[in-house]
Formats: sequence, structure tokens, C-alpha cells
Amino acid sequence: MAAATEDLALAPYIYRRKSVRKRVLSALHSLVAVPMRDPFALAGVAIYAVFVFVAIFANQIAPYDPLEILFADGKLAANIAPLTEPHILGTTNLGRDIFSQLVFGTRSALIIGLSAAFVVATLGTLVGLLAGYFGGWVDVVTMRVADIALGIPFLPFVIVLAAFLDPSVWNIVLAMAILLWPNTARVVRSQVLTVRERAFIDAARVTGSSTSRIIFQHVAPNILPLSFLYGSIAIGWAILTEASISFLGFGDSNSVSWGVMLQDAFLSQALSRGQYYWFLPPGFCIILVVVAGFFISRGYEEILFPKLRD
Amino acid sequence: MLRVMNRLLHMVFVLWAVATIMFFMFRLMTGNPLAAYIDTNFTIEQQQALMAQFGLDKPLWKQYIIYMGNLLQGELGQSFFYRKPVGEVLMNAFPNTIVLTMGALVIAYLFGIPVGAYLAWKRGTWVEGVGIPTVLATRAAPEFWLGMILLAVFAFNLGWFPSGGANTAGAEFDSELARFLSLDFLWHLILPALSLSLYLQGLPLLLMRSNMLEVMQEEFVTMARMKGLSEWAIIMRHAARNALLPVVTTFALSIGLSVGGNVVVETVFSWPGLGRLLVGAVASSDFPLAQGAFLLITLVLVTMNFVADLLYHTLDPRVSHGSRN
Repeated sequence: MAAATEDLALAPYIYRRKSVRKRVLSALHSLVAVPMRDPFALAGVAIYAVFVFVAIFANQIAPYDPLEILFADGKLAANIAPLTEPHILGTTNLGRDIFSQLVFGTRSALIIGLSAAFVVATLGTLVGLLAGYFGGWVDVVTMRVADIALGIPFLPFVIVLAAFLDPSVWNIVLAMAILLWPNTARVVRSQVLTVRERAFIDAARVTGSSTSRIIFQHVAPNILPLSFLYGSIAIGWAILTEASISFLGFGDSNSVSWGVMLQDAFLSQALSRGQYYWFLPPGFCIILVVVAGFFISRGYEEILFPKLRD
Repeated sequence: MLRVMNRLLHMVFVLWAVATIMFFMFRLMTGNPLAAYIDTNFTIEQQQALMAQFGLDKPLWKQYIIYMGNLLQGELGQSFFYRKPVGEVLMNAFPNTIVLTMGALVIAYLFGIPVGAYLAWKRGTWVEGVGIPTVLATRAAPEFWLGMILLAVFAFNLGWFPSGGANTAGAEFDSELARFLSLDFLWHLILPALSLSLYLQGLPLLLMRSNMLEVMQEEFVTMARMKGLSEWAIIMRHAARNALLPVVTTFALSIGLSVGGNVVVETVFSWPGLGRLLVGAVASSDFPLAQGAFLLITLVLVTMNFVADLLYHTLDPRVSHGSRN
């Protein structure tokens, strides 16, 4: 109660002085500050930084075009063992440089991971905000739709979508947008339900703020960290899903991704030939990126829900 | 009782909604409702029989009623590829998937629960420092990639296990049951089940660990300490029993999730289950089979969510007491 009255008393000062831009900036600042306090989260950020660097400078880092069929001394440079100059990780059975594929795979992994995370977090936050703030039938309808989405098996749904749409990694983003928003929406919704009752929202209402202003400028900044938490989890999910879908042959086979590399290795008998240098590295890269996501989300979780800290 | 009815209604609602979405997806996205059920290679008689059975010449709303009626009777049309009723094809694959899923889950829980309790006990030591990141790494690894490694090492390199399928080609059995109980089947099951359980063990392990840490703070554990019981007795007899309940609930949940997630592992090991059927059906545009496999996987998922929900309330009375007030 004390906190609530304090809120009400201070509201006009705090919320008039601080511009919206500043409020969003301070929310963003806390997002950056969080990982610095947790060693695991810091490690996660560091791993991401490396992968982002590799993705941006892929053209400079990769020694070859990942799809170029290489020749050496007039012969196809196929199945070259790793650590042979100039192929650090060797070549595929078609004479393609594995290290270059790995480098370019980073780019597609991050593109798909970040765009899926952005779509899922945005959609989930938006729905959660509206359902939580308006309540009533908006809430009932959206939460029923959320129940349906959660009743649909994820990977099989992506596969069925592939039956109708052209093979593309964007199907995965689409499927994630359709099926994974409810997790974010539910948590955001319950958070909005408590924020909605806080005194500064009343104060905003009394001073005549419009509904959209209240939702997006007063409520939303308070739940931004939650959206980030679910977004950071979605990155890993998207990368894993891309790998599975590409492995099954429903991805874009002209692109270079870790999933396509694994499919290529599997279909080209790399397993029976014992070409571990071909199919181990893409898996390790996937693990690193996904684990980094776990670490970062763990950092946020401990700040957002201190009770979980054991 | 009211709660059970309520949850049951909820389950039926979700199933109805998913079936409806599939109806529209397969009729509208194939461009032509006929394409969803009739392969041009079918004989004229077959085509006409399917036309009549699914009312494909009738308006869409009538087709919808017929579709729902057929669905309730398990009538899903003819598979383009197998030239057999979809129901029959699905029922051949379903037991294989269930056995694989259950086998993997049992291994995962038998391993995950005690190890999770152990890690909780070792909290703050180097064991935890190594253990937790390792478990997280297994959860971050693609299941099929783990399968590929096991396949390369144990099937191709060492030759201890077969590289795919559920039975040696040409093997004959008196009955389905005899097949499942045969050593040959078990031989084929080990690698795919192991790669699935490598991924699945993370959930019971981490859950058991956090439950244990929570339970260790409770008064009855302090009481047991005051009675002078050994640390082992406190952990096994008092803490673990109470921490176990929520983990049991997730077992049911995992069955549902895993049946859908098996898809890739079944493909790696050519395991003749539902997931591989779905992948094959989509790849060859066998629409009736794809739809049937998807609906069956959904049915398992939704049913298991329902079971988990019931279990949760039955096993932990505190939850239902809360909702009654």
C-alpha cells in the first residue's frame, strides 16, 4: 500500500519530467546492465558477440565461396581431410570448403534466429498487452486462440506448412509467429494485470491520457524486459528448428546453413565414412549459440523473478 | 469432478479447432479440394468412391460436416503413396513411435531424476559447475545431430548396433507383440532411444534439482535434521519424495511433446514411425496421409496435456485446494 500511495504522490513529478524517450532508454539500459552482473549471462553475451562478428564479416573471414566447387591440380578437391592447407576443416564430397560453409552458416543462423525472436516477442507482447489491459472479451478470445496454438505440435506443423509453401527458411519464422506467441503473451498478460492496477496508471488516466498512450507509454516500458527474456529464448528455438527442417529437406537447399550442412553430410555418407570433421562443427556451433541464449535468459530471469534465484 | 469435465471440454475444443484449421489448410491451400483426397493415378472407381465418401462435389460447408463425421469414425481417406486407407497406414506406424518415445522417456527419467537430486545436493561445488552447463548443452544440441554421432560411432565405426530400421530385413514374427518383445527389435531400438533420451533427460534433471533445492528449505526437512537423521536419509526419504511429484507430471507432458519432436530422430534412424511417415507424406505430396499423421500427433499431444493437468491436481492437493477457494 505504502508503495502504491508513494507512486501516486510522485507520479506527476516522475512521469512528467521523464520523457517517453528517456523512459524507454532507461528500460533498455537495464537490459544491457543485467548481463554484466551475472557471469553466465556475460559469457552468453560474449559468445553472441563472436558469432555476430563472424556473421557480419563472413565475406572477409571465409577463404572460399561456400558453394564453390574447388579443384586442386586439375582434380576435384573432394573429401580433403581437415588441417590440410588451405582447408582448415577439410572439404565436402563435392569439393566445397567446410570452414567457409560454417562461417556463412553463422549468418543464416543469426538472421533466422533474430527475425523469429523479433516476430515472436513483438506479437506476443502486443497480444499480451491488449488482452491484459482490456480484459473482457478481448482477453477471452485471445487466450482461447492461445490454447489452440499451444495444442498444435510445433515441428510437425512446420513440416505440414512446407507441403504448401515453397521451401524457405521464412516458413519457420511464419510458423514460429503463428505458434509461439502464446508463451510470451500469457506472461506479458499476467504482468500487465498487475501493472494496470498500479497508481501511476490511475494517475495517467486521471490526467486524461488516451488509452493507446497509457498502454504503449506507461504500461509497455514496464514489461519490456519480459519481452526480451522470451525473445532471447526464441532465438535458440528458431536456430534449432531451422536445423531440423533443413535436415529433413524442407529448407532452402540453395542457402548455406548449419542445418543444410548436416543434411548434406548425412546424405553424402559422411557418417559411414567417419568424416567427423564434416558433421561435428555445425552441431557445436548450434550448441554454442543456443546455450548462449540460455545463459542470457537466465540472467534476465534472476533479475525479473528473484524468487527463482536458488 | 466439475474441473475434470471442464478440462475435458477444453480438450475437445482444441481438437475441434485444430481439425478445422487442417480442413481449411488442405482444401484451400492445395488450390482445389479434390487435390487433397484424389490422386490422378487412382482408378476411376476409387476416385468416385472417394468423391462420394468425402462429398468432394458438394459445397464447402457440407464437405466440412462430412469431414468431421468421417474424422470421428477415424476415416481419413486413401494414402496416395501406400494405396491403403490412411487409418491403416497410421496404425502400423503408431506402435513403433509409442515404443520409441516411451523407451526414451523411461531412460531419460531414470537417469535425470537421481542425477538432478544429486546435483541439488552438490550445490555450490565444482560438480555443479561442470554438471549444469553440460546438461544445458545437451538441451541445446539438435536431437538428430546427437543421433548422427551415435550412428557414426556405434553403428558404422564399431558396428555394435544396426544403422536403421526397426527390424532386420526379412525377419518374420508370429504377432506384433512377438516383434516388440524380440531381441532384434530391442537391438534396433537402443540407438534411436538413446539419442532421444540424451535430449529428454535435461527436463526431469533440471526440474528435480530446482524442486529439491526448494524442498530442502521446508520445515519438515529442518525437522528431520533436528532429529539427527543422516544426510542420505533426509535426501532420499524426506526431500526427494516430495520433490518428485511435479516431475512425474511432466512425464505425461513429455510424451505428448516428444511424439511430435521424434520426427527428426525417426528420420535419422529410418525408424518406421509416425514422424517419418509425416515427413515422407509431405515430401511426396501425399496429402491425406500428411493430414492424418498430423492429426494423430496432435491428438496425442492434446490428450497428454489433459492427462498431465489431471495428474498435477491429483498428485499435489495443494493446487486444487487453492482453486476451490
